[in-house]
Amino acid sequence: MSDNLLVVENLTVHHGQLLAVDDVSFNVDRGEVFAMIGANGAGKSTLMRTIAGLQKLTSGSITFKGQDISAMPPHKRVDFGVSLVPEGRRLFASMTLEENLQVGEFKSNKGPFNINRIYELFPWMPDRRRQLAWQFSGGEQQAIALGRALVTNPELLLIDELSLGLAPIVIEKIYALIPEIVREGLSVMIVEQDVAQGVGVASRVHCLLEGRTSLTGVPGDLTSEAIERAYFGADLSGTKDHQ
Amino acid sequence: MIWTNLVIQGILVGGFYALFACGLSLMFGVMRVINLAHGDMAVVAGYVAVMLTPHFHIPLLWSFLVVVPLFALVGYVLQRTLIQKSIDRDPFTTLLVTFGLSVVIENALLQLYTANAQTIAIGSILYKSWHPASIIYISYQSLVVLVVAVAVLASLQLFLSKTGTGRQIRAVADDQEAAQLSGTNYRHIFGVAAAISFATVALAGIAYGMTTQFAPTSGGINLLFAFEAVVIGGIGSLWGTLVGGIALGIAQQIGSHINPQYTLLGGNLLFLIVLAIRPQGLFGKKSSL
Repeated sequence: MSDNLLVVENLTVHHGQLLAVDDVSFNVDRGEVFAMIGANGAGKSTLMRTIAGLQKLTSGSITFKGQDISAMPPHKRVDFGVSLVPEGRRLFASMTLEENLQVGEFKSNKGPFNINRIYELFPWMPDRRRQLAWQFSGGEQQAIALGRALVTNPELLLIDELSLGLAPIVIEKIYALIPEIVREGLSVMIVEQDVAQGVGVASRVHCLLEGRTSLTGVPGDLTSEAIERAYFGADLSGTKDHQ
Repeated sequence: MIWTNLVIQGILVGGFYALFACGLSLMFGVMRVINLAHGDMAVVAGYVAVMLTPHFHIPLLWSFLVVVPLFALVGYVLQRTLIQKSIDRDPFTTLLVTFGLSVVIENALLQLYTANAQTIAIGSILYKSWHPASIIYISYQSLVVLVVAVAVLASLQLFLSKTGTGRQIRAVADDQEAAQLSGTNYRHIFGVAAAISFATVALAGIAYGMTTQFAPTSGGINLLFAFEAVVIGGIGSLWGTLVGGIALGIAQQIGSHINPQYTLLGGNLLFLIVLAIRPQGLFGKKSSL
């Protein structure tokens, strides 16, 4: 029980009229990397936004460190230890690299990460800290977004679609940092379309299909057929069997 | 020499326009709210200075020491209550609400203080002017307003770029959701931006009252000038607002030189030309539209 950092129970979220997340339950334990996989439109990003507080839930509950945070505004959740690296990076475009990190650091919790630590993780940053955010490449922007979330010193780091639109070598470099982040005592929940990346780094995997849980388990126990079926839905893998 | 004078007078009045406009620009940049009561707030500040400060036994010249903090407080409270409620409904509601506010303010002032014009009579050396050349007169009072405007814009710029709260304001203007994810309470930041906006417009209102007469309905024309300064300079750029205010001032001076009736026409023509040729304004970014 004490291992449960985040507990999501029977969560249902609507995106306007559309049912985006349908009765999903899972938990993230302290010190683990939890991967949420699923195809485009499966409800992964909506789920992440709901945990971070940007989206209201329809029913169910989100419990963090034993406290129900369902009604807490996003900035309070940051204070409480939840930080999201949003899909599409969402840097402050008119601000410099350093200013982006400073915004994250301004109201930060106590912990292992500060701007200098981020500069150690990404040695190319200090020399270019006065450049404006939009002048960086996609991979560099992703690194800045990750740094901006880390300097708030969360206990749970949520990363939404880290690999989206990035070159494989860049993705690999950023993923290589996740074990180091976990070593500092953080728990990480990632959302991925890229199944191999998600399964590769995670201690547990949860698959969403059209808003519902279609598979859950430890990567070693899951066959690629089972993941494929859970990812695309039973019908599609059925037609594949006939070919 | 005539043209030198036109430019000098334009610059002097342009500083006042910029002081008036920077709060309008800030509120639009940060919370996408066009405060149609912005001009009326300046008029209220003038009335508060004339009617209230005698009770504090301080000279009118120093009335801003009371009025500016008071307006910052009013701005914060108004933002956290009425304006935030209307933002939560939809952006169009904010136009209706601030327009309604403008109507209420004008009529309340008419009711309380009648339609008689008021002025903030400081009766001092500031009413004199410096006479450097044959036809050039530089009023000390306009010069002081220009210096105050530049100082306010410079401190605002410094505040936005060098302080944590200032950076939060810019972060919210850039991306409200991402700012929240970085631990920013955007509603509080909206309140701070409104407080700054109201404080600067109060200062502008007092400067206006010292320069000329004001009546309950003076807000509208000043709102128009502030709008024009912001659009000419470009939304989201403080120095752009100063340049926009000065450009507007010079255009009005040139208009009035051709024919005193053409004062407003000169400014409006410049406004239309900028809108047609460079709709993002002289210093604005295309993306900020």
